[in-house]
Amino acid sequence: MRHRLVPRHEVLSKEEAEKLLKFYNVTKNEIPRIKKTDPALKDMDVKVGDIIKITRESPTSGVAIYYRVVIEG
Amino acid sequence: MNLDELPKSIRERLNEMKGSERKRFIENYKKALVVPGEAVGTVAAQSIGEPGTQMTLRTFHYAGVAELSVPLGLPRLIEIIDAKKTPTNSIMTIFLNEKHKKDKEYAEKLASRLQERLLSDVCDMRIDVQNRELIIETRDKDAKKILKKLTGSEENKEKFIIKKESLSELKKMKNKLEKKKIRGIKGIKRVFVRKNNDEYVIYTEGSNLKSVLNLEGVDKFRTTTNDIFQIYETLGIEAARNAIIEEAKKVLDEQGLDVDIRHIMLVADQMTVTGEVQAVGRTGISGAKESVLARAAFEETEKHILNAAIYGEVDNLDGVAENIIIGQPIPLGTGTVELAIKEFPFNLERRKSRKKK
Repeated sequence: MRHRLVPRHEVLSKEEAEKLLKFYNVTKNEIPRIKKTDPALKDMDVKVGDIIKITRESPTSGVAIYYRVVIEG
Repeated sequence: MNLDELPKSIRERLNEMKGSERKRFIENYKKALVVPGEAVGTVAAQSIGEPGTQMTLRTFHYAGVAELSVPLGLPRLIEIIDAKKTPTNSIMTIFLNEKHKKDKEYAEKLASRLQERLLSDVCDMRIDVQNRELIIETRDKDAKKILKKLTGSEENKEKFIIKKESLSELKKMKNKLEKKKIRGIKGIKRVFVRKNNDEYVIYTEGSNLKSVLNLEGVDKFRTTTNDIFQIYETLGIEAARNAIIEEAKKVLDEQGLDVDIRHIMLVADQMTVTGEVQAVGRTGISGAKESVLARAAFEETEKHILNAAIYGEVDNLDGVAENIIIGQPIPLGTGTVELAIKEFPFNLERRKSRKKK
C-alpha cells in the first residue's frame, strides 16, 4: 500500500542487523518496535525479530533513518 | 567529523562553501547539535506546554470548510496527546484520482454514495400497540427492497406491516431495523464537495479510512482523516507517527504559536515506540516507566507503592525523578557520566606476579 503518510519500510539482512546492533551497542529489546501485523508490513515477508529499516522524510534533516524490531502482535 | 553522516541538505550547502566559511559553518553546526545527556524530553515538554497556556481554551470553531465543526486549540491538542480512540469530530479529506479530480459530477455522485443512510432516515416507523404491529412507511427504493425481503411480500407498496406476539419483541425489532444500514459507508454522517485549487475535494464529517480507501476513483495516496487511531489501524505505526506530528503542528500553527517541530517529533516518536499508539500520561508512557519511584511520584501514588511491595519490585535509580526523591545528583548533563576505575592500582600486584611466573 502506498500512502503519503507511510514511509519506506525495508527488512535488514542478518549481517546488516548485526552490524547495526553492534554500532549502537544495543540489544533487540532496546530499539523501537513494530507489530508483525502492522499494515505497512503487509506485502513484506517478515519474521518476529527482524529489523525494519524505515526511511523517513524528515522536515528537519531531509531524510532520516529509523529502525524498528518486529514483535509478535 | 564524518561528513557522510550529515543530512543531505546540509551536505549540499557545505559543498558550495570554501575555506574559512566552510570551517565556520561546520563549527556552528556542531554547536547546534544536541549533546549527549541533554534533557530533551523535559525541554520538549516545556516548549509545548508554555505556548499551550496561551491557547484559547474553548475553540470549537468551524475550521477550513464552512459547515464542519472541528475541535481546535487546547481541546484538540489534548485529544492528540491522549491518543483518544474516537475524536469528538472526525473529518476526512477525500481526494479524487488523476482521472476524476476535475469532474464535478463524479465527485458529487461519489459523495452521495458515501453518506451513511440508516433505515430510520428514510422510513417512518411506528408501533401499533393495540394490534401488535410495526408499521413502516417508506418511499425509498433500497429500503423497500430490504423490507420486502424481510416481510416476504411481493407487492410493490409503500407500507409494510410486521406482526409479532409480544410488544417487547416488536420493540427489539424496531431498534434493530432503525440501525440497519441501507447504503453509504459506516460512520460518515455528512458530506460536502468543495473546489480546492482546481480540483474537487470531498470533505466528510465522521470518518472511515479503511472503507474509503477501497473505493474506486479515490486517490489512495493523499486521502486522509484526522482520526489518528484509524490511520494507525489502516496504515500502520509509522503513518500514525506522521499523523500525530501533522495534526499537532496544525493545531499549534492555527493558534499562531511557533513551536519547533523537533519537540513534537520527539513526543510522536515516544508515543509510537512500542508499535502501537500510546497516550502520554498514566495510562501510557508515564505509566509504563520502569522505576517505581518515578511512577509513584507522578500519579496514583498508593497503587504503585502497594504493588511494588506486593511483587517485590526493584528500583535501579536510573532516572531523574527517583534520584531527586532520594537526594542524589540526577543522571542528566554532566551527571550522566559515572565514575569508572581502571584496573591499574588493584591488579598491578597480580600482573607483576604473573609476569614473574
